Amino acid sequence: MSPVLQTHDLTAFYGDFQALFGIDMHLDEGETLAIIGANGAGKSTLLRAISGLLPHAADAVLLEGRPVGNLPAFELSHQGISMVPEGRKLFASLSVEENLKTGADAFTRPGFWSLERVYELFPILKERQHQPATSLSGGQQQMVAIGRALMSNPKVLLCDEISLGLAPVVIRDIYAALPQIREAGASVVVVEQDIGQAMKVADRVICMMEGRVTLEGTPADLSREAIHNAYFGDAA
Amino acid sequence: MTEHKWSLTSSTRESRIFATLAIVAVLLLIAAPWLVSRGLIRDLFQIMTLLVLAQCWNLLAGYAGLISVGQQAFVGIGAYVFFSFAVFMPIPPALAILAAGIVAAGIGVAAASFTFRLQGAYFAVGTWVVAEVVQLTLAKQSVLGGGSGMSLPREFRETMPGFGILREMGFSKSAAIDVIAYWMVLLLCVVTILVIYRFMRTPAGLGLGAVRDNVIAARSVGVNATRLKWLVYLGCNFITGIAGALIFMQKQRVSPDTAFSVIDWSAFVIFVVVIGGIGTIEGPIIGVLIFYLLQSFLADLGPIYLIILGALGIVSILVAPSGIWGLISSRTGIVLFPIRHNLKKLG
Amino acid sequence: MILIDTILQGVMLGGLYALFALGLSLTFGVMRLVNLAHGDLILLGSYIILTLAGSLYLPPLIAALVALPIMFVLGWALQRFLLNHALHDDILPPLIVTFGLSILIQNGLLAIFTADSRRLSLGGIEAQSFAVGPLNIGVLPLMTLLAAVLVVLLLNFVFFKTALGRAFRATSDDATTLTLMGRDTRRVFAIATGIALVVAGVAAFFLATRASINPSIGPARLIFAFEAVIIGGLGSFWGTLIGGIILGVAQTLGGSIDPEFQVLAGHLVFIAILFLRPRGLFPRAFD
Ligand SMILES: Nc1ncnc2c1ncn2[C@@H]1O[C@H](COP(=O)(O)OP(=O)(O)OP(=O)(O)O)[C@@H](O)[C@H]1O
Ligand SMILES: [Mg+2]
Repeated sequence: MSPVLQTHDLTAFYGDFQALFGIDMHLDEGETLAIIGANGAGKSTLLRAISGLLPHAADAVLLEGRPVGNLPAFELSHQGISMVPEGRKLFASLSVEENLKTGADAFTRPGFWSLERVYELFPILKERQHQPATSLSGGQQQMVAIGRALMSNPKVLLCDEISLGLAPVVIRDIYAALPQIREAGASVVVVEQDIGQAMKVADRVICMMEGRVTLEGTPADLSREAIHNAYFGDAA
Repeated sequence: MTEHKWSLTSSTRESRIFATLAIVAVLLLIAAPWLVSRGLIRDLFQIMTLLVLAQCWNLLAGYAGLISVGQQAFVGIGAYVFFSFAVFMPIPPALAILAAGIVAAGIGVAAASFTFRLQGAYFAVGTWVVAEVVQLTLAKQSVLGGGSGMSLPREFRETMPGFGILREMGFSKSAAIDVIAYWMVLLLCVVTILVIYRFMRTPAGLGLGAVRDNVIAARSVGVNATRLKWLVYLGCNFITGIAGALIFMQKQRVSPDTAFSVIDWSAFVIFVVVIGGIGTIEGPIIGVLIFYLLQSFLADLGPIYLIILGALGIVSILVAPSGIWGLISSRTGIVLFPIRHNLKKLG
Repeated sequence: MILIDTILQGVMLGGLYALFALGLSLTFGVMRLVNLAHGDLILLGSYIILTLAGSLYLPPLIAALVALPIMFVLGWALQRFLLNHALHDDILPPLIVTFGLSILIQNGLLAIFTADSRRLSLGGIEAQSFAVGPLNIGVLPLMTLLAAVLVVLLLNFVFFKTALGRAFRATSDDATTLTLMGRDTRRVFAIATGIALVVAGVAAFFLATRASINPSIGPARLIFAFEAVIIGGLGSFWGTLIGGIILGVAQTLGGSIDPEFQVLAGHLVFIAILFLRPRGLFPRAFD
């Protein structure tokens, strides 16, 4: 079985600065993959590159085996890659409900998710549907961002640090949605700073450092020491 | 350990050659009234007034992030101040010209207290509103000739510095005015370029240039140093006012429509800078030469000429945002007005 | 009574200015584009209507209705093929491009239609008026004001009740994130400019019927439009309408003192308001 998402020798640049050095990774159907790594390791850059915000070669990204690396971000979203961006990036002048709707305004992909289903997943959002999205608490805003990304019924959901800055109980609530998201048919990539959290939710973990993948394995396989080395570089 | 001597220099080989050539060129230009036809003197006059205005606009937009489409306000103010003195209170013409610059700068302060409240692109339209207000106000003044304007009195013409001498040398009265205006604008042009060049090499100017290099930051945020912005705005309006006085002194007539022409004093100027290369001193010089060539071939086409010019401006900013000079200097590395300092090993 | 009559005329004139301004307000709201050619594009619309009515013998109103889709396509293409390439973080390119466009259109109209003044004749409606008590209300000025109100209602409907409107507002918040939601923002921009030019087309109709026009009057319409937008405060169509009305009233009041003072009075009120309320009367809460 070919993976749903695959990158091959993926590079990314910000001007002259090279942020990714030939990333090879894959995401299997139904899998949850966690990406960990220190600040500036290139995790967000990787997600941005996959989602089409940074330019690269066509065959650097394969979606269900098809090269999609040269498509612009809006096309990739039509193809089934959906992103919960770092910092949530909600539309400040739109209400909660409007934010959710933007996720499915431009095109429709049939599937499990709809406005009602998102409200079932995060009931609090229904109560707040007419409020400006940015007036919500951080955790609720994160729910809007996730819900918005789900509205298009993605095959691949990319989540960038959805737990950042949230209280532990709120993080638990948000991650509680993950099983249902997977059940509805999405394969998930989560970027996490919190290694413990990543180990808990992921089927497989990759660790990045300075634009490269330094470690890969299942949570059970990875020792603390290996992770430490992959995270910060070998002490030697 | 060998000892090296270091010297801090900003000149380049081309810049030294260029400086020599420039001095020769200026000397030739001074002598031009005896060397070339009166028609060419008029053309040179026009080229240099445009160059002065272009250098000012370039300093505003290219360095200080102040994109104005209302500099015609200060051309017109300068012209009207000059003519007002000439008609109502004949003082020595040189003083009247200076007064034109001072009043333009003063009204510029009042204008800025309003336009500086507008951000980015809105500043541009705000300056245009100011120009409209000034034009409408002046056009209403019947003492200033209302909509039809004023002429330069004959007697005043004759008080121009050098008028008598030029007459004795055989120049006709209006040729003498042409020559005097020409020399004055030549002086203004050289001084303007030197002042801007010197200014760009001061710490303040280098700061502006640094922000300029991050153009986006410079134009969207506006340069942080508000004081610097004021200084540049004032200086440019002063020079623009003087240029206005000279332009209409040479024409010997002024009217609201000509003095506040958006096409003549903003559109042409902007296209000269954009096509030549914004954010450099060389750019406007190249731009003005190109403009002159275009004009001599195409001006008879009337509106078509302006259509071509508008299209060229559009294409230029989209295809070569740093203008023709930008293309030349990025290909060849040539810099004629070196701003940055280079550390050079002597030993 | 004369005063009230003057103010009433000003309010209705303000309807015309609001029509000038709404397109500008729209493109600024969606993509932070200040289109210096806006006045000339309105004028271009007027000439399109005049041409349709004159050479195809269409009734003026039909000509205007035919012109609207033409204006949409024009705006769409303009954005798609020109302005989208100029829109980056730097504000200079769009200004230069639209300024160049302004000169291009002005002189294009001059080359085709000469500097002669023209006017769209409605066959007598323009002279009609009716009395309300002691006041005399012109039919055409009233229609202009009603059209402006209608346009505001329609724009508000599009902006706040449709998916396209969500995209308009979202793209002005964060265009990059909107592309992650599957929107091609270049297309959103093209539609926005298309709509802005449809509004300009409505303005063009009333401009050409109200008084005679010639190719040189575009920039002044831009300035009126700009003043109305700023007076009203960026980001609200009702604000723009009120801005237009304030400008119209200022002008007619000024004009009643001295006809030459009309336009100047508008500018002065604009400057005064900007001094008192730098963000306009009804600024949006955001940005
Ligand atoms: N817009 C940008 N322009 C220039 N460099 C950037 C930009 N965004 C990120 N970088 C650089 O690219 C590298 C990778 O950044 P990235 O945001 O992908 O890291 P990250 O792993 O997501 O870090 P964090 O955990 O802090 O979110 C860093 O060195 C960063 O400084
Ligand atoms: Mg990150």
